[in-house]
Amino acid sequence: MDTSRSPLEPSGFSRKLAATIIIVYMVVTLIPISWIVATSFKSVDSAISYPPEVFFEPSLEGYVNLFTNRSRQSEEYLDSLPEAETWYEELVRSRDMVITGPSKFFGRYTNSMIIGFGATFFSVFLGALAAYAFSRFKVPLKDDLMFFILSTRMFPPIAVAVPIFIMYRKLGLGDTHLGMIILYTVVNLSLAVWLLKGFMDEIPKEYEEAAMIDGYSRLQAFFKVVLPQAMTGIAATAIFCMIFSWNEYAFAVLLTQFNAQTAPPFIPTIIGEGGLDWPAIGAGTTLFLIPVMIFTVVLRKHLLRGITFGAVRK
Amino acid sequence: MAEIEIKNLHKSFGDFIAVKNSNLVIENKEFFVLLGPSGCGKTTTLRMIAGLELPTSGNIYLDKEDVSYLRASQRDIAFVFQLFALYPHLNVKNNLSFPLKMQKFSKKDINTRVLEAAKLLRIDHLLKSKVSSLAGGDRQRVALGRALVRRPKAFLMDEPLGTLDAEFRELMCLELRKLHDDIDATTVYVTHDQQEAMSMADRIAVMNEGEILQADSPNIIYNKPKTKFVANFIGSPGMNFIPVNEKISPNQSSVNISETTLPIPFQRGASSSDQNFLGVRPENLKLVSENGIKGNIFGVEYLGSRKILTIETSLGNIKIRVDSDTNVKINEQVQFNTLNNNQIIFDGSTDKAIASEFMT
Repeated sequence: MDTSRSPLEPSGFSRKLAATIIIVYMVVTLIPISWIVATSFKSVDSAISYPPEVFFEPSLEGYVNLFTNRSRQSEEYLDSLPEAETWYEELVRSRDMVITGPSKFFGRYTNSMIIGFGATFFSVFLGALAAYAFSRFKVPLKDDLMFFILSTRMFPPIAVAVPIFIMYRKLGLGDTHLGMIILYTVVNLSLAVWLLKGFMDEIPKEYEEAAMIDGYSRLQAFFKVVLPQAMTGIAATAIFCMIFSWNEYAFAVLLTQFNAQTAPPFIPTIIGEGGLDWPAIGAGTTLFLIPVMIFTVVLRKHLLRGITFGAVRK
Repeated sequence: MAEIEIKNLHKSFGDFIAVKNSNLVIENKEFFVLLGPSGCGKTTTLRMIAGLELPTSGNIYLDKEDVSYLRASQRDIAFVFQLFALYPHLNVKNNLSFPLKMQKFSKKDINTRVLEAAKLLRIDHLLKSKVSSLAGGDRQRVALGRALVRRPKAFLMDEPLGTLDAEFRELMCLELRKLHDDIDATTVYVTHDQQEAMSMADRIAVMNEGEILQADSPNIIYNKPKTKFVANFIGSPGMNFIPVNEKISPNQSSVNISETTLPIPFQRGASSSDQNFLGVRPENLKLVSENGIKGNIFGVEYLGSRKILTIETSLGNIKIRVDSDTNVKINEQVQFNTLNNNQIIFDGSTDKAIASEFMT
């Protein structure tokens, strides 16, 4: 009998079972993503070929199409042009087209960045302040207020799309970055307050008291002592807020058009010749996944590690 | 360094009265201990001196200046928490310099002071360490260092040794007292551990249920407790209380207890009740062969250099301290008597000591 293992540790069988379940889950979730990434490297023809091509000759056509506008030209005109200067011009000309200018994708992508990170910052910042107040002060009707804050998430946000649409039109917030940041912040705030309050409750109040005795004001103590220790909670909250604001589609379709349109409503509308340009859509989706992935990976260590662990003896 | 005075200090949380109209003067350079069971109001008193709680009524003076309602940051005192409250996101050096950064010291001054405090506490080799990697005693030293660097008017400590191992606690007791003497600080120290209090304090205030019962030197607190509570709380084991079923009047010098006449110190006061108690410490009782109070041995605790006997009598259980070579068996019938005149009569209705020749 193997006695080197503690009887409390999972057995070999349950470890294997756990691994199998995780692998199955990974396959289910990763296949669509890898298919999209694969599509982004296909040519227009191979993207829509039947039967679908699992092995194909990689091409950057999707990415070129994503970032450019092109027009089809006659062979005589193409022959009359001077030699193509760049690899992407050559690629476009091989399809009998010329580049007429940059596409709107870069602008949409920037909008997503501004609105996504902006909304995340404000959700976490305001959420942290509110959570701290709820955690430390005697707020009248505290429980009722906390419930009220939660109740804003008891219906899908899109259920109030029409009033918000009208309100935004009247206030001139439609199709603006500020409007979208406010909207996403409002939607995320209740989650942020609830998540962060849990983390704030865990931080012993002695830290702030120590800082206040050392000459700091409560607000300074909050920034210098409480926030650094709430990093774990802030990271977790920021990831959730970021994922929501980054991926949000319905309000973006409804409220943005030219100025503040984000990437999600833009990507599926990329039209090629005679239909949707699947490689370009794949390329847009792939690029769209990257920032939120980096954001999550960077903050992941805070998710897994409680930085206050061991510093206070309980 | 400073003198701390509290005047008619009162604090209630809703219906609960944490501190009742307390008065106290803590002198400059004094090591003053607030001692009492949990929930007696000692920590609340300390937190009011620190400015972490505001009094319901009454005043606190720091060097004659009324600070009762000032913010903690404006009082120039340092506080050492039971859980140390070292900032886990900063290393030892940054923990120590944290209070100084607020006071706009130059970088050079901060370094000098931090190094000075670190050397005094022998943690100068740990300056770059993370606080989470430190052992309990070193954390305690860092917490003390953080209090020290600012050179505050007074040090307030809330059970700072409460979480340390027994072995470490004794060492830190000595170190704390030495540190106090070295820097001539005024220290107010809260604890529920009477041994800690007795070994370190210049004076002890014993508190119970929000009241300060007695504030005196350890010697007086132990030998001449003013109330039954203090007599019982201090000492291990605490004082014995033998019921005396007679009224005590001035000039009385003996009492009758279960057919035995016991001499008592010459009384100066009278009791208001006729159900009183004779308080006597276990070490002031002895086993005798005749004319003593009779009882049966109920338990024997061997403590190395001595034994504590618990004797079951018709007056209740009485504890006696005897030499460890005393041979007695459980259930053996014995007699005991008082060894000397160090006894106190407590009034049965007020639980207060009656004035006597011994008490003055």
